[in-house]
Amino acid sequence: MSMPVLSVRNIEKSFGGIRAVNGVSFDVHKGEILGLIGPNGSGKSTLFNCILGQLPPDGGDVSVNGRNVSGMRASDLNRLGVGRTFQQLSVFPKMSVLDNIILAGQEHHGSMLSRLFGPGDAGLTAEAEKLIAFFRLSHLRDTLAGSLSYGQQKLVDAAMAFMAGPSLVLLDEPAGGVNLTMLAGLKERLTAYNAEHGTTFVVIEHNMEFVMSLCTRIIVLSEGSIIAEGTPDEIRANQAVIDAYLGG
Amino acid sequence: MNVRMRTLSILGLVALAIAAPIGQGNYIIYVLTSWLVFAIAAMGLNLTLGYAGQISLAQAAFMAIGAYVTSLLTLAGWHWILAMPLALLACFVVGLLLGYPALRVKGHFLAFVTLAFNTLVFLVLRNEDWLTGGSYGLVGMPRPDFGLFSTMKQLHFYYFTLGVTVLAALAMWGIVRSPWGRAFKALRENPIRAESLGVDTRRITLLAFAIGSAYGGLAGALVAPLVQFIEPGSFGVAHSLRILLMVVVGGSGYFFGPFLGAAVVILLPEVLRFAEGYYLIIYSALVIVMLVFVPSGLIGVWGRLHEKFWPRHEIRADLKEGAGLK
Ligand SMILES: Nc1ncnc2c1ncn2[C@@H]1O[C@H](COP(=O)(O)OP(=O)(O)OP(=O)(O)O)[C@@H](O)[C@H]1O
Ligand SMILES: [Mg+2]
Repeated sequence: MSMPVLSVRNIEKSFGGIRAVNGVSFDVHKGEILGLIGPNGSGKSTLFNCILGQLPPDGGDVSVNGRNVSGMRASDLNRLGVGRTFQQLSVFPKMSVLDNIILAGQEHHGSMLSRLFGPGDAGLTAEAEKLIAFFRLSHLRDTLAGSLSYGQQKLVDAAMAFMAGPSLVLLDEPAGGVNLTMLAGLKERLTAYNAEHGTTFVVIEHNMEFVMSLCTRIIVLSEGSIIAEGTPDEIRANQAVIDAYLGG
Repeated sequence: MNVRMRTLSILGLVALAIAAPIGQGNYIIYVLTSWLVFAIAAMGLNLTLGYAGQISLAQAAFMAIGAYVTSLLTLAGWHWILAMPLALLACFVVGLLLGYPALRVKGHFLAFVTLAFNTLVFLVLRNEDWLTGGSYGLVGMPRPDFGLFSTMKQLHFYYFTLGVTVLAALAMWGIVRSPWGRAFKALRENPIRAESLGVDTRRITLLAFAIGSAYGGLAGALVAPLVQFIEPGSFGVAHSLRILLMVVVGGSGYFFGPFLGAAVVILLPEVLRFAEGYYLIIYSALVIVMLVFVPSGLIGVWGRLHEKFWPRHEIRADLKEGAGLK
């Protein structure tokens, strides 16, 4: 098998007495859409934050495309082609949708100096508009992100993760609070993006239908450890998973 | 406001600034010049605080550094045009250093750190009298002479300052409209998200301090030849608070806020002079009322009035289709 796009080895993280992540290891290969599920508080977001340099893990290693990125700053990791979203809505409310999207790409172009003396949009308006159209947000291009509906902000937030043309994207509950129509749209967009660009995804999500139909493989986390791994059908039938959800 | 309207109003403002001192006495011209000088200092703080969201209570300290560097060099025979860039550079570097605490502390704690820095600069200026003249300060700085255009006369110095202000404003316009400007705003609104999108928030924080401080330095480089006498007392913490007031009253994070804010803080006391002993009371009351009722500053008031009397009937863009149906 080819080299994994993301390789996570023995990640551990405790908060005081709470073992949030308890030695988690897994690989993700090119083009995969991996689902990460588990009851509330099972350590999914903490795992993301440890992988992405947002929180220092107590132990373990992370490599992206074969390169060890443990301890790397979030901004450097992003420049290596790793996009993400946060569980909490994280747009820039007083900037227009277009500015939000351009910001998400500008640090990947030119140098510090060209970003001061070059064009104000870093030459990215056309590309940003394409992405905005891809997420069906064109009519909101010049609206301040903060005045959009929650679901629309969620879409802008997700779109930002794609602006730099990442090879790997980690999405923390992209469907949280999004209505059913938009949910179908979001799933369709993610699938289309994956098919078009071969981008690898890791998706945390509580909406089972969404995860089961979007993902090619699923990992189940419970109390900081992986308790099951397999295809959506295998996970649906797994007794340990059912117990974790019902007992948790 | 569309682009043509904006261009016209800016040209109108510049024309007003050109016409304002004509036929006025030296004192009024002096007050107008200090308005421009403080507008430059406030513009810098507006970048650090208004755009990048980093509180600083040390802008007067940077005016001091700018003023003292310029004074020492021009007194040593340098031309202002050579002394000024060095003053800017000194402030840029010191501002960069002051930015480091901002990487660790935020909000009130950062305010106290910068406040302490301002006090430190004040004490150094007062105690190192072999260099700074101590509490007597420095006197007799020459005003720049550009051959055909000498700034010895008060009116000429005003126009010189106006020219520098316009250039400084253009440079600031370029900065806030550039990708850097976008990164500054992103730092203010959500630093963690910005970092996850590749923005080097450490570097951007330091730059926000360094550039804002350089503007303070430019203001200081103009104060020296304007007043031709500087002493530590003119750059104390109270003056930093005054510059902060200009930014907040004018409208923090708005490009023209500092001009308006500096006008209110500097010119209003002059206008209120007729009220004699009561002017400070009226003035303070006005400021309190403003800060309580329009925290977005005077530019924000304008926006509200405009919306009230000339509403744009803006439909939320996502509801446009529905609104068109009825
Ligand atoms: N910054 C923190 N400080 C202290 N404890 C934390 C912190 N972040 C997370 N925890 C704890 O770590 C555990 C895992 O939290 P985490 O947010 O990773 O769960 P999650 O699987 O993402 O849950 P959810 O599905 O509700 O988002 C929880 O017990 C939580 O209380
Ligand atoms: Mg979570």
